[in-house]
Formats: sequence, structure tokens, C-alpha cells
Amino acid sequence: MARIVGGVTTSHIPAIGNAMTNRLEQTPYWKRFFDGYEPVKQWLADVAPDIAIVVYNDHGLNFFLDKMPTLALGCSDRYENADEGWGLKTLATFTGDAAFSWHIAESLVEQEFDLTTCQEMYVDHGFVVPMALMWRHLSEWPVKGIPFAINTIQHPIPSARRLYKLGRALRKAIDSYPEDLKVIIFGTGGMSHQLQGERAGTIDVEFDLKCMESMISDPDWMADLSTTQIIEKAGTEGVEVIMWLVMRGALKDKVKVIHKHYHVPVSNTAAGVLVLEDAA
Amino acid sequence: MNWKRHDYDNIPGTYVFNGETAHAAYGLNKLLFSFNRENNRKAFAADPDAYAGSFNLSAEQKKALLENDYLQLIRLGANIYYVAKLAVPRGLTMQDTSAAFKGISTEQFKESLQARGDGLTQRLEQAGGFWNG
Repeated sequence: MARIVGGVTTSHIPAIGNAMTNRLEQTPYWKRFFDGYEPVKQWLADVAPDIAIVVYNDHGLNFFLDKMPTLALGCSDRYENADEGWGLKTLATFTGDAAFSWHIAESLVEQEFDLTTCQEMYVDHGFVVPMALMWRHLSEWPVKGIPFAINTIQHPIPSARRLYKLGRALRKAIDSYPEDLKVIIFGTGGMSHQLQGERAGTIDVEFDLKCMESMISDPDWMADLSTTQIIEKAGTEGVEVIMWLVMRGALKDKVKVIHKHYHVPVSNTAAGVLVLEDAA
Repeated sequence: MNWKRHDYDNIPGTYVFNGETAHAAYGLNKLLFSFNRENNRKAFAADPDAYAGSFNLSAEQKKALLENDYLQLIRLGANIYYVAKLAVPRGLTMQDTSAAFKGISTEQFKESLQARGDGLTQRLEQAGGFWNG
């Protein structure tokens, strides 16, 4: 049977992609941020997952505002990256697993999460920056990638609580897949940042640290926050941190912390990294 | 027409992108989305006025676009991720646009962000369990 081997949280901002392309990892500005991923890469090498489900938001590459699905699951055997107008280097094609995706889709719909299935799906920086952060040192992607795009950009967006429940349902879906696969879930985005308006530049360290603690010991604290409460603290773009709850919901109530890293700033953003496993 | 009001409407300096804004600025965001393609970026750069004319923009949206008034674009419903498709190909970063929104220099803006990280390692040691280099 398929089993979840852990969950990871990570930022996905384009500035990180550019820093990697330009090999700035060891420059003073970026060093502490990137060094904090070395333990994550080591852990990934040890657990050797087969599949990575990447929970992210599309920023206007695959989806335009003409049709904006709230939940969209990639159900293909391959996914391409493409020009999103931001000058980012286009990365190599990702291999998917259509049978696995369709199983997840069937199970989630059975559990009343009525999502959109995508047989063609361009993946933007929200998906590719996390993949590159983990595995750019290898000559090819060592996992199959499953893009799971959540609308956090055009309100109404799903509540934090709803995404926590989605994670619970995702756990059931993965646990019921008959093939022996090791699955990892990336909850991407965050932490606090606002890119627009006169309030641009919002970073709230105390709120971010509470969110990280909540992910470990009390996910209900974050799940209970309203969208407006999160925007007030984390900013209009920082609200995407609710996607972490999908990952957290897929883990057991009690988790073991493998790694915890927080850095301010990367570009306009606070960045939080967690590696969690189910507690024994 | 009776657009629903929200409790996030009154957060200062903040323009939450919702159905009302998405509706009001559909043509504007469609124009910005077109910049995913290089040929469209070039066509706009060659003749901004004519390019803007081929999308359904209000007069004030068109004015803000042609005057590079980024704050006004946001106020008129442009989504920030779509504004980036306009700004980044012109050599701006999201820190430049943020500084423009605030009416300060990019250097001042970067310094304010950097200051948010002051004392961070001590704070994390206090919180406990963090990787700290």
C-alpha cells in the first residue's frame, strides 16, 4: 500500500528560483536561507520518496481568471513548466503518475471534495521552486510530482479549516492506494508577506512562529483562524500559508519534528521550513 | 448591483482581490496575463496605446497602465501577480513595485525588510528547536 513518509513546508517565491539559477546560494544575503535546506535534502535522500504531492497556488500560468478552480489536481503523466512573464528559467519537464492522481481524485470526490481534474497543466514557480530547492543537485527529478493547485488568490478562497479537512481526506486517499509507494507532501507558500498596496512589506515574526508551532502541536489553532484574521497578520499574499494545513491534515495528530528553520527576509517574504513525520 | 461587503475591506493599505475587483478589472488582468507570451510583451513595448486599445479597459485603467502607476493599477483591480508580468520584464523587482506603492525608495524598502530580521537568531534560540546555522 502507499504510505506517507512525511510532510515538508517551504516557501515557493520566484526570487528563490532566480537565486538558484544565478547560483547565489552562498552569497551573504542568501546563505542562511539555503543552508537551512541542507538537512531537508539529507532527510529526503534517506527516506527516498517515490511521489511528491505539491500543494501550491497557480499565479496566472495555467489558470487565468476566466476559469478559476478552487481545487485542481494534476492527473497526467507529465507536467511542463513555461514562461510566466517573470523572467524565470524554464525547468525540465516533470513526470507524473496518472493512475495515482485519478485514485486520489476519486477518493477525494467520494469524500465530498469536488475538485477539478487536469489532464494538461502547466506548473508555475509555486510548484517548481520547491522541487528545485530539494533536488536541483541531481541530474533528473528523483520523484514523480503531483501538482495540487489551490486558489488562494481570487477570493473567496477556501478557509483554513477546509484545507485542514482536505488534508485528512488526502490521507485516506493515499492510504488506500494499492501500490507500495512512499509519498511525501509539500505544503508550500508563506510565510507572512504582502506584495500589494501601501501595506506592502508586511512581515510578522511572532505570527509566523505561532503558525509554525501550530503546525507541530496544535493545527486546530491555525485552522480556527478566519481568512481575514490571517490577512491582517500575514498579509494578502501570506494568506497562502493555509496550504500548509493540507500537508498537516495528512499527517497523524502527533508528529515528530525532523527540522525547523525560519528566515527573514527573502525578497519581501518570511520563509519557514518544517520537516515532519508521523509520531511512532 | 449589490456587491457584498467583507470584514477585510477596511484593512489599511490593502486591496483584497475578490469577485468584485476581478469583475471590474477583467479586461485589465486579461491584458496583463497576455504578457506570459514574449510576442505580446514585445507588441506592448512597441505601441502601448494600441495594445491597450485591443483590451476592454476603462479610461482610468488605461491611463494608469500607460503611466506606469502601479498603485493605481492595484486600486483599479489589477491583481499583483498579474502586475508582476508587466513590471518584471521591464527590469523591476517586486521590491521596486512595493516601494512604489509605499512612496519610498527601493533602498528604504529593503532596509525596512532587513530590519524585520534583526535579532532573529536570538529570538529563535529563545523559541527553541530551530536550526540556526
